[in-house]
Amino acid sequence: MSTKKAYDPVPDTLSKTVVYRAVAASVLALVLVLLLIARLYQLQILEHERYATHATENRLATQTIPPPRGLIFDRNGKILASNRIVPSLAVIKNSVDSIDALLSDIRALVKFSDTEELSFRNRLGDARGEDKVIIKRDLNDEQLAIAAVNRHRFGNILVITEILREYPTRDLAAHVVGSIRQITKEDLQQLDPVRYRGTKFVGRRGVEKFYEDSLHGEIGHRLVEVNAAGRVMSEISVETASRGQTLTLHLDIELQRVADNALGDRKGAIVAIDPKNGGILALVSKPSYDPNVFVTGLEGKEFKRLTARADAPLFNRATQGTYPPGSTIKPVIGMAGLAYGLIDWELEIDDPKGEFRLPDSSHIYRDWNWSKRGTGGQGQVDLFRAIYRSSNVYFFHMGAELDIDSLASFLQQWGYGRNTTIDIYDAESGVLPTTQWKEQHTGEPWFLGENMNYVIGQGYTLVTPLQLATVATLFANRGDWVRPRLLHSSAYPEKLDDDYSPIDGISESDWERMVEALTAVVHRGHKGYLQNGLAWAHIGMDIPYQMAGKSGTAQVVAIPQGEEYNEELLPEDQRKHALFFGFAPVHDPVIAVATVIENGGGGSSVAAPVVRQVIDAYLAAQVARADE
Amino acid sequence: MNEILSGRSTRAHHHFFSGSYGQTFRFDFIAFSLTLLLIGFGLVVLFSALSQSWSALLNQGIRLMLGLGCMILATQLRISTYYRWAPAIYVGTILLLFAVALFGVSSKGSQRWLDLPGLPSFQPSEFLKISLPLIVGWYITTRDFKLKFYDYVALTMIVGLPTGLVFLQPDYGTALILLIGVAGILFLVGLRLRWFAAGLVLVAISAPIIWNFVFHDYHRKRIITLFNPEQDPLGAGWNIIQSKTAVGSGGFHGKGLFEGTQSHLDFLPEGHTDFIIAVIGEELGFIWCVALLCCYLLLFSRLMYWCTTAVNGFGYVVGSGIAITFFGYVFVNVAMVLGLLPVVGLPLPLVSYGGSSAITTMIAFGVAVAVCTHKQDLER
Repeated sequence: MSTKKAYDPVPDTLSKTVVYRAVAASVLALVLVLLLIARLYQLQILEHERYATHATENRLATQTIPPPRGLIFDRNGKILASNRIVPSLAVIKNSVDSIDALLSDIRALVKFSDTEELSFRNRLGDARGEDKVIIKRDLNDEQLAIAAVNRHRFGNILVITEILREYPTRDLAAHVVGSIRQITKEDLQQLDPVRYRGTKFVGRRGVEKFYEDSLHGEIGHRLVEVNAAGRVMSEISVETASRGQTLTLHLDIELQRVADNALGDRKGAIVAIDPKNGGILALVSKPSYDPNVFVTGLEGKEFKRLTARADAPLFNRATQGTYPPGSTIKPVIGMAGLAYGLIDWELEIDDPKGEFRLPDSSHIYRDWNWSKRGTGGQGQVDLFRAIYRSSNVYFFHMGAELDIDSLASFLQQWGYGRNTTIDIYDAESGVLPTTQWKEQHTGEPWFLGENMNYVIGQGYTLVTPLQLATVATLFANRGDWVRPRLLHSSAYPEKLDDDYSPIDGISESDWERMVEALTAVVHRGHKGYLQNGLAWAHIGMDIPYQMAGKSGTAQVVAIPQGEEYNEELLPEDQRKHALFFGFAPVHDPVIAVATVIENGGGGSSVAAPVVRQVIDAYLAAQVARADE
Repeated sequence: MNEILSGRSTRAHHHFFSGSYGQTFRFDFIAFSLTLLLIGFGLVVLFSALSQSWSALLNQGIRLMLGLGCMILATQLRISTYYRWAPAIYVGTILLLFAVALFGVSSKGSQRWLDLPGLPSFQPSEFLKISLPLIVGWYITTRDFKLKFYDYVALTMIVGLPTGLVFLQPDYGTALILLIGVAGILFLVGLRLRWFAAGLVLVAISAPIIWNFVFHDYHRKRIITLFNPEQDPLGAGWNIIQSKTAVGSGGFHGKGLFEGTQSHLDFLPEGHTDFIIAVIGEELGFIWCVALLCCYLLLFSRLMYWCTTAVNGFGYVVGSGIAITFFGYVFVNVAMVLGLLPVVGLPLPLVSYGGSSAITTMIAFGVAVAVCTHKQDLER
């Protein structure tokens, strides 16, 4: 510890330079600070008067110009969402001295309800200095005239023009196009404050929500000179706003109208997909709502009324409604059996009474036409017949031997239990149970008896109508995947995710045979009772083209052992859901459709005709277009 | 040698600290008081700039208290700890910067923030003001202060990687400050002036290449506007017109606290963050601006003083790097608001609203005081 050397700041060779450099750096810092002080002296002392006048007299202000939102068209150029220019009353926040005086001024001009007043007060509170706060949107001619005549009396109330969204198709495509809403405080935390400065609306549902970034457009600015009262004296420069991108959807609004009419007043959903590219041609959810009520965004009454309704019109049944798939799952289960080598097309089972029992169990698993008298048997049943007659008993035999987790992984390839859509923001995944899923959700192990419900689509499995349409698309494409999508084209198309790989383990001949069986569901007729395709009597007798499909009827409540289902005895909300999916023409499909009709009744009698109406209309339109 | 490496120095260091509580607790009364003075002043001004919002003020107050705590803690760690952890801290910061590039939160056209679950969102680039001086100090020390040509190549890469990532966010201001800090270190350790000249030549040669082949159009446009605010009177140019008007109209005494018209009528953008000095200039006038700058200069001098008392090169390099980075922030920010430098978007340390900047600045002070006052040699 004798030497000082051990504590030298830096090695000897540097020390001298280092001291010089440290001194130089400190001197430099001092000089820089003096430079800043000199600049402050220049601005605050020498040029003070100039800036002081500048600050108190006319001032420059930037005003933002909100961009017009991008338009949305259907595949044939029919407009689904447009903009219109409307006159509105507004006030600049800084010009409001007394809110009570302002309110009495407003009341002298227009009718102003208490809810409007509350909303106005909130927005005024949130606004910043030069912001224009809207008092009343979309003035009618009379209101506009009164405001114009009396304007000189109320100096700070302005008539301005605003661009408002308009949905000309009203409730027809509400669940697809979606709607916008007035930007809320919560929205502002998510949005880019610069890009959204001056924008009053943001996409809330549907395409408006998913493609918000493309639809919004870029904000413009106007540099103006304002006087002390905030009134604009002159315009110095303008940078115009650029309109959001125009989007074209796969949707065919005429087909949408047909589908809407086909459902009528019933609750339910229809989804139609172009199997060539996955484009959604129609997506109907009933009941629907008119998105125009959200556009002005000033009154909450209509919104409250819509959300309070028991039949939930805002709820998108096509993408979010989940239903038991019922017998529509049978062809997929059959494919699983073929893929895992559990069955082949030759295998036959014997069904004398329309019922099935597991060994050592008295529980009866019933066919759909089971009767107490034991007359519901279908005799010798192979896979082909099990599809076109929808035999439960055939699948019960399979169910007794299936491993449920392998089955689930096969079903997952078909889109069960996951969201396979590309650009549908509210699509649900449904439920695809596995043994692990059941453990997690009920705490109980999987029972063999549950296989029976699983294979006829009555168990825990739930699908959305959109997923059902996706399954139809997969059959139409013989296992090739195209993911469902809405956007057809835009000015700056983004690269879409690749489609999934085809469903594996199924031979080409199995695909064709299964499509034949699905065709038999519709076309096999005049063979006598118990020999005709299940849907033949309802849609197949006069059909002019080849269509394949499968019906399903989903039980809403369990039927006690030994009882028969009797629709008359059940309240409406406990009646069966009617399901059907189909595609056509069989050999070169151009459309795949699925429908679910809530508490509608039988799949073949109620849902199949709805699907046929949609396919009829689409094929007829194609023929008409080809003729032109 | 071993006893020096492992044990505490036999030379007591309590006489270095005016407020020392024994040998183990380290506390620099002067640096602490100046910091406290600055953040106190900052809070008063912020209260005005934030339109007298108590909740926002409370928010900032909590962050500043946290920062002071971190500063005291950082002062306690040993120099050998910093030396040993310097590479890990550097790598950690780099990983965070990559995370920002991959999953960062975008705001106002650049991606600077990281929003990790369970943590408030923060700007990892702010940590560079600590980790970059540490890694440069570490590197120079491992090389025994005898730098060869390849050492400069290595240093360029070590500094270039994080600076490049920050530049691409894009955050030109922070990138610029980091380069100033590193250049300052190299200057202070006695790098021959001809190397600086060589560096300038290199920049002059590579600039047109980067400009033409690396940059996208929007990069070029951004940088042109940066140096030419008149071309963008509604963007960067607008800010400068407004901030000069605010400062100039304040005069010698200012308009009085809460009385500023430019800042409160929404003419001055970013009044509570990057342009806070304009609010000070408008409301408190020339006199307080000068006082504030003097306060900053004193704090810088205090840090530089500690550097010259450092027992080894590592402490000297790290301490001076932190001090110069700190001064760089102050100078570039004020010069930008006064229209002397292009608007690059940098906070005024300790005064601007925001957590990341204030907390990391205070931690940096703690580190600087720690590495310069700890009388212990390093195990290399």
